[in-house]
Order: sequence, then C-alpha cells, then structure tokens
Amino acid sequence: MPGASNGRNGRAVARRSTKAIAIAPARVEVRKTYKLYIGGQFPRSESGRSYVVVAADGAPLANAVRSSKKDLRDAVRAARGAFEGWADRTAMNRGQVLYRVAELMEGRRDQFVAEVARAEGLRAEKAREVVNRAIDRWVWYAGWADKIAQVLGSSNPVASDFFNFTIPEPTGVVGVVAPETSSLLGLVSRLAPPLVAGNAVVVLASESRPLPAITLTEVLATSDVPAGVVNVLTGRKRELVPVLAAHVDVDALDVWGVPDDLRVDVELAAAESVMRIARRPAGVTDARFDWLDDRASERPEWIAAYLEMKTVWHPIGV
Amino acid sequence: MTTESKALRPWSGDRAPADWGLGDGQAVPWEYAPAPESKDVVSIKPRYGLFIDGREVAASDGGWFKSVNPATEEVIAEVAKATTADVDRAIRAGRRAQKTRWGNLPGKERAKYLFRIARILQERSREFAVLESMDSGKPIKESRDVDVPLVANHFWYYAGWADKLDYAFPGRVARPLGVAAQVIPWNFPLLMLAWKIAPALAAGNTVVLKPASTTPLSALLFAEVCMQADLPPGVVNIVPGPSDIGMHLVSNPNVDKVAFTGSTGVGKLIHKATAGTNKALTLELGGKAANIVFEDAALDQAVEGIVNGIYFNQGEVCCAGSRLLVQESVQDALIEKLKDRLSTIRVGDPLDKNTDVGAINSKAQLEKITELVEAGVAEGADIYQPACDLPDRGYFFRPTLFTNVAQSHRIAREEIFGPVLSVLTFRTPDEAVEKANNTPYGLSAGVWTEKGSRILWMVKKMKAGVVWANTFNRFDPTSPFGGYKESGFGREGGMHGLHAYVKLEDR
Repeated sequence: MPGASNGRNGRAVARRSTKAIAIAPARVEVRKTYKLYIGGQFPRSESGRSYVVVAADGAPLANAVRSSKKDLRDAVRAARGAFEGWADRTAMNRGQVLYRVAELMEGRRDQFVAEVARAEGLRAEKAREVVNRAIDRWVWYAGWADKIAQVLGSSNPVASDFFNFTIPEPTGVVGVVAPETSSLLGLVSRLAPPLVAGNAVVVLASESRPLPAITLTEVLATSDVPAGVVNVLTGRKRELVPVLAAHVDVDALDVWGVPDDLRVDVELAAAESVMRIARRPAGVTDARFDWLDDRASERPEWIAAYLEMKTVWHPIGV
Repeated sequence: MTTESKALRPWSGDRAPADWGLGDGQAVPWEYAPAPESKDVVSIKPRYGLFIDGREVAASDGGWFKSVNPATEEVIAEVAKATTADVDRAIRAGRRAQKTRWGNLPGKERAKYLFRIARILQERSREFAVLESMDSGKPIKESRDVDVPLVANHFWYYAGWADKLDYAFPGRVARPLGVAAQVIPWNFPLLMLAWKIAPALAAGNTVVLKPASTTPLSALLFAEVCMQADLPPGVVNIVPGPSDIGMHLVSNPNVDKVAFTGSTGVGKLIHKATAGTNKALTLELGGKAANIVFEDAALDQAVEGIVNGIYFNQGEVCCAGSRLLVQESVQDALIEKLKDRLSTIRVGDPLDKNTDVGAINSKAQLEKITELVEAGVAEGADIYQPACDLPDRGYFFRPTLFTNVAQSHRIAREEIFGPVLSVLTFRTPDEAVEKANNTPYGLSAGVWTEKGSRILWMVKKMKAGVVWANTFNRFDPTSPFGGYKESGFGREGGMHGLHAYVKLEDR
C-alpha cells in the first residue's frame, strides 16, 4: 500500500522483546485497496491521486482515491448509459434487485459494523444499530418500487371525452452528494430513493468517511444491480461538486452533503441546465440529523424528488 | 433571398413574394360577414392601479404604463407601474394576511371563498373574455370557449381541495408554505393567473402575482373579483410592471415559494435567484413539441389536431406542436390536406367570432417570429403561407408551414412562439422517437396512430410531461401539466399541482 503509515497490526508487534519465547509470528493482515466504482468496474483515479482517510480518533485508516474531473465525467457517462435499461426494468424486478442488495449487506454486516465504528467513532453496539438500520432502510425503500406509481400516479376526471392519466417516470441521471457525517446509514437513505425510482446515480461519498461507501460498492457489484446504475466516487467535494452541478448530462442533484459555503455556487451552476435540486429540509443540518429516526428518513417524498410526472390524454369514442 | 425577406412586412398586409409559396386563388371561396363581439359587456377604466392589501393603489412613484391592443395598436388603458417598494409592500401585506388570517382560516372557509371566486368568474365570463381578447390579441372564440371556462373551473376544482388536503397526502400533514411569488406570461394571462393563484390559496398560502407587462388588464379585473368575493385583504396582491419587478419579487428573501411560467432563459435566471435559499420553486418553461403522425393515422383528424396544435392562440403556446414529424409514406397526402385546411383559416380581428388566428401579442414578438421565419427561408426550408389578407393595422402573421426542414435548422430547434409549423419526416418508430426527443425541451408531444399498443409505446418513449394521443392542446384543471428537461419542473393542475404549494410534516 503506497504511502501508508505503519498500520495497526504492525504496532502490536513492534516492541516485543527479542528474548521472548518462540511464538508463531503474528499474521500480517491483507489490507484492502479502496477504489472507485464506475460502470461496474473498480478503477483507480486516472489522475493517480489519493488522500489519507483517518478514523474518528485521528488514526490513519487507508488511502482513498482522490477522484478527478475526468473520473466524474466517466461516471456520468456510465450512468447515462445504464439509465434506460434500469428504467425499463419492471417495477417488481427493480424491487427484487434492490432487495437483494439488502440480503448481501446482511452477509457483510460485521465488516460494515467495524468500518462504521472506526469511521464515525461509534461503540460497537451503536455501530451495529446503525448498520442494521441501514439494511432495514434499504428493504423499506426497495419495497416501494412497485407501489410508488400507485401512490403518486392518478387517473384524472377531465371534463371532456378523454381518458386522462398521470404516471411517474424516473428523471434520469442523479448526482448524490452524500451526507458527510453518516457514512453508511445517511448514504443509504439518500441513495435508495433515486435508485428505487429507476434513476442511475453518481455518488460523491462522504469526503472524511468514505470507506463504508466503497464497501457498499462491493456489495452492489456482486448484487444484480446492473453496471453503471450506481457509480461511487471518493475525493474532495470542493473539487468535484461544482463539476457535478455544472454537468449538463446530470438531470437532478441531491445537495444534502454539499458544504454550506458551496451551496449557492453549486445551485447557480445547476440552474444553468434546469437541474432538479433536492435539498435538506429547512432548518436541518447534516451533522445533527438523526438518521435512526425512521419517520424522518423513510419518506416517499424523497423518491418523488427524482420522478417526473407524465400526463397522457386519449380520446374516448367509437 | 435574405435581403428580399428583410424588406418584407407580412404583418402590414403586404403580399409575400411568389417564392414564399403563396398559392394563387387559394383564398376561401366564400365570404364571411363581420361578426364582432360586443365590447359593451366590459367597462374599461382609463386607469388601473396596483392591487395591494385589498385596495387599488397608485404606484409609489406615481408611474404608469400603457397597455396596448395588439390588433389595433391603440392604448386600452393605463396601468400603475409597480416599484420595488410596492412589491415589498405587497409581500408584507401577503405575509400579514397569511399569518393573521388566511393561514389560520379552516380549509372549509377558504374553500367557500374560492367557490365564490369561481362563481363570479362564471357570471362575468363574457366580460373577461372580451377584455382578454382585447389585451392579448387572442380570438374571442378561444378566450370565450377555452380560457375563461378553464379559469373558472380551475378555481372550482381547487376550492374543493382546500378542506381535503389530508386526503391528498396520506400519512402527512400539508401545511402552507407562506407567501408565494408568482410571475406569469402574456400568452394566457388569466388562465396562468388561475393556475398560480387557485392551488396556492387552497393550500393556505397568500400570493403576490406579477402579470406580464403587455397583458395586465384581466389580472386587474380579477382584483375586482377578489373584492367582490370579500376575500380578506392581502391574500391576493397584484403588481404589474416590467421584468425587473418580477426579478425583485422572486428574489425577495421574505417569499417562501416562487412559481414562474415563461421562457427557459428567464426561468434559468429565476432558478438562480433562488440558489442557496430554501424557497420552493416550480418552473413551467418553453417547449418545442413534436406532433408525430404515423402512416396509419386518421389523416383528416390528424390535420385538425396539427392545426389546433400550432395555430391555436397564434402558436403562442409553450406546448405548441411546432414540429410535425410525419411518416414518409403519408407525407405528400398529409401536406396537401394541411395546405387545403390552411386556406380556410381566418386571420384577423380577435373580437370577430369567426376569427381563428388573432393578433400576435406585441410588436417585439412579431419581430421575433419574423426573424425566425426569415432564418428558415435563409437556411433552405420551403415556406408556404395561405393567401389571406391581413388587417392594415395591428400585429398579424400568416399561418406558416415549412417543409423540407432539417433538424439543424433554427426553426426546428428554437421555440418560435408563433403560428409557424416545421415539417420533418421519419421512416421508423425509432427514428420518430429519436427526432422527437432531440431537443433540450420536454413539455409535450402528440402521437397520431390508430394502433393502441403503438400509442402506449410512444407514450413511454416520449421525454415529455404531457402526451396527447390522437388529440392536441387539451387542458383541464384535474390534469397535471408541466415539463421534463429544460421545460421546467413541478406540475400545475390536478392533485399534483397542490404539492407545489405545501410543505409536508409528520402527522
């Protein structure tokens, strides 16, 4: 692992007495290289850059990829390519594919718990609660796939001889600037809504706590979610968010995790292509939001933010 | 060709040069006697003030501007020109009314005010129709049979929602946003007012509305309706003025909601004006709709739909079917029928009951249309206009048909907002889809075919907020309307239209 400082396991054996009785040497851990997830592949940045990710207690954890503008454009292209196919899936199929993600998350629960605990500085029990809730939330949103059209669609009793109905359709490519504080539960709560609606997504992971997001991509890659439907980048928000907001092939932008001082510029850039903007509710801060509150973060409105309503008129007559 | 076109003034009654495709002897073979609608029903005041806090007031700096009849170029009335101070005052009045009165009023009571407004609009419908046609140039048969009935129906529809919001958003409580800043265009002045005000009031918001500067009169007559209905002061405020007044209105930090209908260019500016705020925003912007005719379509019906699609309201319609996509095999037959039909279209006095196409809303808009039509000729498309006479005064433009149009031509890409149809062709359904969606806009689309499964396949493929199958340009208060892509976001009409005016809280 290039540039990594001495790791956790190294520390434990460093001060052993040379006169110690012969014991089996401690096993050297095989560390993970955290990479990007673009178009179903795990590339490094074309820029060759990385940054050090530290735990909540300041200890270095790993090097994460510092994505470039080019990586971001590649991710948007991958999302655009995957969008139509994902949107064309039957609603029930989309629901099953997303449910399977929860199944696979369940199998990796311990890994997520350890990563979330380190990233967010949570005690094990709390981290377990957060991860459990992230899995359950994924299940909650997955179940909406074949129901949201019935709740948000309508047949409209027009005052003329026409059959008139309104159906929701996915908006297209959605940029999700993930919550900065809640590295997994917050991410899942913001990623699942555009996905279940049938959009393809480009995620900018939490800058300071990106590792659980990358582990989630390993789940996605082995699930049935088609390549390109979810793409995850790590890196500097200050560098990447303005590019995402100004990208004309991004149709909607979740600005939840955008740093406050960037928000005006980001929304100005997004307005240039009439991008849909999904904001945090007024008065809510990223750091204080309680993601464990189901009422607050299980909301069909969050799905609706990435849907377009299509109204159809057809004459009635013999 | 270009220099020749520049000298041409089709709106002044000049005949176009022969190579513009004007047929000889194609004029309607019968004459119509004049059938003018009486102006007696409306008593037009010489001056109209702003409507703020329930009263008609002059502008703070005493400024006035003139509203002109585009069919005669005569001044109809003078209108107070709102200043930024007036706008701020209107917003304060709206806030006060929302906090102290309207926001606390039970939905049942709000509903009754809206029903009252709907009834008064029905009672005074002809008055509104005549004034609307005079101020905007639209034919009386459209203002009388389409605009004004839809306006009354819109208030009627949303009146009933005012005390039923709990049923529109199951599991949530719908609360009003507060004060809504609303900016509307000149093509459907009163109808756009209704689309904005009715759902806002039903949900418990108060409004400050800026009508377009060329068409403020029906909004100011609507102020009279509010007074007649005893609507509490400050619930509806109307501040006519130029576009910078609209920008001031939407930028004011004391508004909670911004709703805009108009061009995509201005829409982007308004979007930017709300950047970094928590204002709710809906935008209903431009369009370049494809009207797609398959070879199995009922061609005579399709011709009626095409004509309604692009010549309704002089083509000054954001969802106008301005690109006709016709399957190659029926192109010749369809174009011939279309040209026949065009020869029967009557262009002229908007107040004449037989008029199909009235006056273009303003000189500036007429110049824009003319410029784009000249660009169409210059870029090599074939132009056809029926040989109809135009009035000597006023802003008129002949219904225009371009064939041999390429996707790259300006007339195929830019919103003309005039009675100008560009015809393109396709061979396969996939090609039709690709061409139809090849635009940054996504407001509406039309599909003409007798095959049901193909209609629904096309519906699925169209990136457009409204799809008309075997019809075009239909509207209804229960039917959500709004765009995909750069045609904006949010819906007006129907249950979905309520969503734009509420915040949802936990029960």
